[in-house]
Amino acid sequence: MAQDGYRKPLPTPSPESKRYWDGCHNHELWIPFCRNCQKFYFYPRDFCPACFGWDIEWRKASGRGRVYTYAIQHRAWHPGWQDEVPYVTALVQLEEGPRLYTNLIGVDPDPAHVHCDMPVEVTFEDITEDVSLPKFRPV
Amino acid sequence: MTPTDRDKAALYKRVAIVGADESDEIGIVPQKSTLQLHAEAARNALEDAGIALSEVDGIFSAGSAGWSPTLQIAEYLGIQPKYTDSTSVGGSSFVIDVEHAAAAIATGLIDVALITHGESGASGGRRGGSARPALDVQHPSAQFEMPYHVGGAPTHYAMACMRHMYQYGTTHEQLAEIAVATRKWAMLNPKAMMRDPITIDDVLSSRWIAYPFHLLDCCLVTDAGGAVVVVSAERAKDCKKPPVWVLGSGEATTHQTITNMPDLTTTPAAISGPRAFAMAGVRHEDIDVVEVYDSFTYTALVTLEALGFCKPGEGGAFVSGQRTAPGGDFPLNTNGGGLSYTHPGMYGMFLLIEATRQLRNECGDRQVPNAKLACVNGTGGTLSSTGTLILGAD
Repeated sequence: MAQDGYRKPLPTPSPESKRYWDGCHNHELWIPFCRNCQKFYFYPRDFCPACFGWDIEWRKASGRGRVYTYAIQHRAWHPGWQDEVPYVTALVQLEEGPRLYTNLIGVDPDPAHVHCDMPVEVTFEDITEDVSLPKFRPV
Repeated sequence: MTPTDRDKAALYKRVAIVGADESDEIGIVPQKSTLQLHAEAARNALEDAGIALSEVDGIFSAGSAGWSPTLQIAEYLGIQPKYTDSTSVGGSSFVIDVEHAAAAIATGLIDVALITHGESGASGGRRGGSARPALDVQHPSAQFEMPYHVGGAPTHYAMACMRHMYQYGTTHEQLAEIAVATRKWAMLNPKAMMRDPITIDDVLSSRWIAYPFHLLDCCLVTDAGGAVVVVSAERAKDCKKPPVWVLGSGEATTHQTITNMPDLTTTPAAISGPRAFAMAGVRHEDIDVVEVYDSFTYTALVTLEALGFCKPGEGGAFVSGQRTAPGGDFPLNTNGGGLSYTHPGMYGMFLLIEATRQLRNECGDRQVPNAKLACVNGTGGTLSSTGTLILGAD
């Protein structure tokens, strides 16, 4: 069951991203790692976008990172967010390197309280029986 | 900067823009379909060139005309071109189309390229349907961005701008300088939609759209068509008006989604710009007039940095003191730009039209005196793609 009245778009996992979304479902952040580059990358694909090597594995990320940048949304462009403006969209740079597009929660949507390089950690929001969305909150 | 023989051999002065015009009406035009806007603009640009539609053997367009814009437009116009190009990399596409047309002409595949644009950005939604194909649900943006936000350009450009402000100390006031200066140009352009003067305080007190953008940091949403005609140097000899030469060009793409943008504080113009300047063999201080995509005030600011008119992080200081306004020493977006003249969704076409008019000395009150060299830069997607052109008059 989806949360009552949930009207925002839900992710539809692809074969390449299923491991990521399964991880989120268990409230763990798993991201792909290139054995050749010895680096993490995102979003998931069967190969590393830096070297086009196909020798990859999945590793559990710390869930910690920093706000690379953000914006405060004052306009709902989609009915799902109608009752939530203003809210914060952000790119979080994980300790492991890759950036995730996300929402910051647990913080006032006010530039006095949000800033770039602010330390944050992942938290999971259960949306349906199958889907949990990783979001981030200040540490 | 001296162009190498190879650079010059590529496309230097091989083709010229010989026709350029908008559709009969631009602004809010609900009574015209997007294809009507294409056709009017095509007719007007061909008349401007003194070339018949029957001579067009290559057609170029992007967006707003179904899954294959050039198929639809060619059919609608009633022509059977032997070369089509529907390059779709956002609002920069039309600028990039000039380079693609130049390549096709320089290699002898075609003689006359028609690049058209028509888009009902303001009125199309009210007619129902969508101008753009729906996204596959497994697309990276649908999976990893849209669950957190739907809304596109203002959000993503705002995030890029925020990083620039954080990293370099760029201020809201500096961004507002661009909105105010661009409006002053629009006040001199009878075709511009927004012609009332604004102040920096007006920009700063306009409502937030996506912080750090105020309403007046954001471009218009309009209906408009535009077209340009590009021909070989030989064919350019007997057109109605003097040729506007393509002296240099460059194209670059670095990502699609904002999440995957390598460095949010620059644009691919840092790649396409140097190539265009090198091909043209000109320096920044030689340029008389600059037309760059201003989807947001920030887009114009960061593009000036990426093109090398100033150093990274110095764009705010560069545009201060109304330097880019009429009478300033850096004429920028002299038609009033996407911010105040028109912006139907993809704006690149209108950069070409204005640069052509400036180099032909056709701009009346807003004419930059003795404009001989123009730099044009289109930006598309989420700061994803750029096309840079150096255009010159004889």
